[in-house]
Amino acid sequence: MSADRSERLSATKAQFPLLARRVRDRPIVYLDSAASSQKPQCVLDAMNTYYETINANVHRGAYEIAAQATDAMESARSAVARFVNAPSDNEIVFTKNVTEAINLVARSWGGANLGPGDAVVITEMEHHANIVPWHIMAAEKGFELRWIPVDSDGGLDLSGLDRLLDGAKLLGVTAMSNVLGTLNPVRHLADAAHDAGALVLVDAAQYVPHLPTDVQALGADFLGFTGHKMCGPTGIGVLWARAELLEAMPPFLGGGEMILDVRKDGFLANHIPHKFEAGTPPIAEIVGLGAAVEYLNGLGMERVREHEVSLTAYALRTLQERYGSELDVHGPAEPACRGGVLSMSFRDIHPHDLSQVLDDRGVCVRAGHHCAKPLMRHLGVPATTRASLYVYNDTSDVDALADALGAAGDFFG
Amino acid sequence: MAGLEDLYREIILDHYRNPRNRGELEVPPAVQAVGFNPLCGDEVVVYIEVSDGVITDVSTGGQGCSISQSSASMMSTAVKGRKVSEARRLVQAFKQMMSIHGTGIGGRGDDLDDGPDSTNGHGDVKLGDLEALRGVVKFPVRIKCATLSWNTLVEALEETLA
Repeated sequence: MSADRSERLSATKAQFPLLARRVRDRPIVYLDSAASSQKPQCVLDAMNTYYETINANVHRGAYEIAAQATDAMESARSAVARFVNAPSDNEIVFTKNVTEAINLVARSWGGANLGPGDAVVITEMEHHANIVPWHIMAAEKGFELRWIPVDSDGGLDLSGLDRLLDGAKLLGVTAMSNVLGTLNPVRHLADAAHDAGALVLVDAAQYVPHLPTDVQALGADFLGFTGHKMCGPTGIGVLWARAELLEAMPPFLGGGEMILDVRKDGFLANHIPHKFEAGTPPIAEIVGLGAAVEYLNGLGMERVREHEVSLTAYALRTLQERYGSELDVHGPAEPACRGGVLSMSFRDIHPHDLSQVLDDRGVCVRAGHHCAKPLMRHLGVPATTRASLYVYNDTSDVDALADALGAAGDFFG
Repeated sequence: MAGLEDLYREIILDHYRNPRNRGELEVPPAVQAVGFNPLCGDEVVVYIEVSDGVITDVSTGGQGCSISQSSASMMSTAVKGRKVSEARRLVQAFKQMMSIHGTGIGGRGDDLDDGPDSTNGHGDVKLGDLEALRGVVKFPVRIKCATLSWNTLVEALEETLA
């Protein structure tokens, strides 16, 4: 790898300050965006400007900067709503992350609507965030948790779908697997679920950052995503839900902001979305998420997707050419059917050892079970090494990964 | 900056490729404990048979990286045939070596490394080959890999008292 790579940084890469740094005297090769993306300068600037010019608590003070802070937060909500084609801004509930968004649905909607004799259907490729909240609620409410299996190609086995949905009240599915990259047929599943009388919750943590998203076209009832995987800051996520569902659901967390009135004998909940936003929100992070959405709009989500399909194709081809059957990339083989998430098993080198050698060469990948242990058991591996691509990655990153894999192969003989 | 050779010493790779005391023991008379590393999904199973206060047999199973598997292998050879009380002292000494506070980060641990018979202030406990794992401390995320089988051994020892 040439030392002057920084001079050849793509225009996109140059917008991300962290990607200019070096690790162990080599240019950083960041391939872990499925875990968390890097942030462009405009997002960092938006958050700084918020703190430097209009920092004040929202939805209360009558003074100028408090009104400006409130405007900044609500403008970000509008931008987020447009980004996923939500019919209304008040269907955008700010949460901490997708995990909190799903827990909100499980606790609030699930607590009010699920009981013995009911069923929730999820898939074997869910992230723990869309498994454990249902385990917790199932133990409390006595409903049944059912699983859509994964087939040998890394897709969902839908042969038993009708049987699984019979009597179900909710179907929870990831729009894109964080391990396999599989793009699931959300619309098809949503139609089947609705026909069976079930609602549909979509974990879109890996989808919204990478593909144009239309919550209405997907047929979802609930959809969660998170800021830090889409060029935004950590600590801010989104639950989108249809307004009538949010209206009917009981509050999740209680406190300030989420009430219209509080008396000694009770309280009156605020209107949506504020009903679900107790306490001072992460205002700077919401502003940062708004800036991230505008940044992605500027790139164009269609172009983001095209870039990732083409880079994923390059990566699959390069790795196949160099390592053949020694390297197994789990998940769909066709780039158009998957995201840029490459979960690899390389020879018999344990992912932890593999990622250690990659780290020695400045290549950042994730090793482990990726919070998807049921899927790992299905794949029959304890863990995988996952490289994931985003807007700022280019073929030089893929080449660096391929070189580093070679070094690991040499090291472990 | 610590290099890969600090982590992957030859003796570690040898234990990884040729693990000692690998397999299962019949339960009972043996007892079994399972340890998980939630970070990476590694899983270690430790079987021990204790008779008259002596660990008469040890076996390990499970799956994991070279550090966790070699540490399990070295642990098994180090405690097999030992009195339970000695094994517990060895666990203490090993965990002390694996403690960031015990040996420091960034190479300060080297100052304490005065050869394979080093006692390192742990009384008469000799770590021997286990010293090869000392470099793990320079890679803090890997410490849990190295200590997994030792913590699981402690659980198995508790089982023998149950």
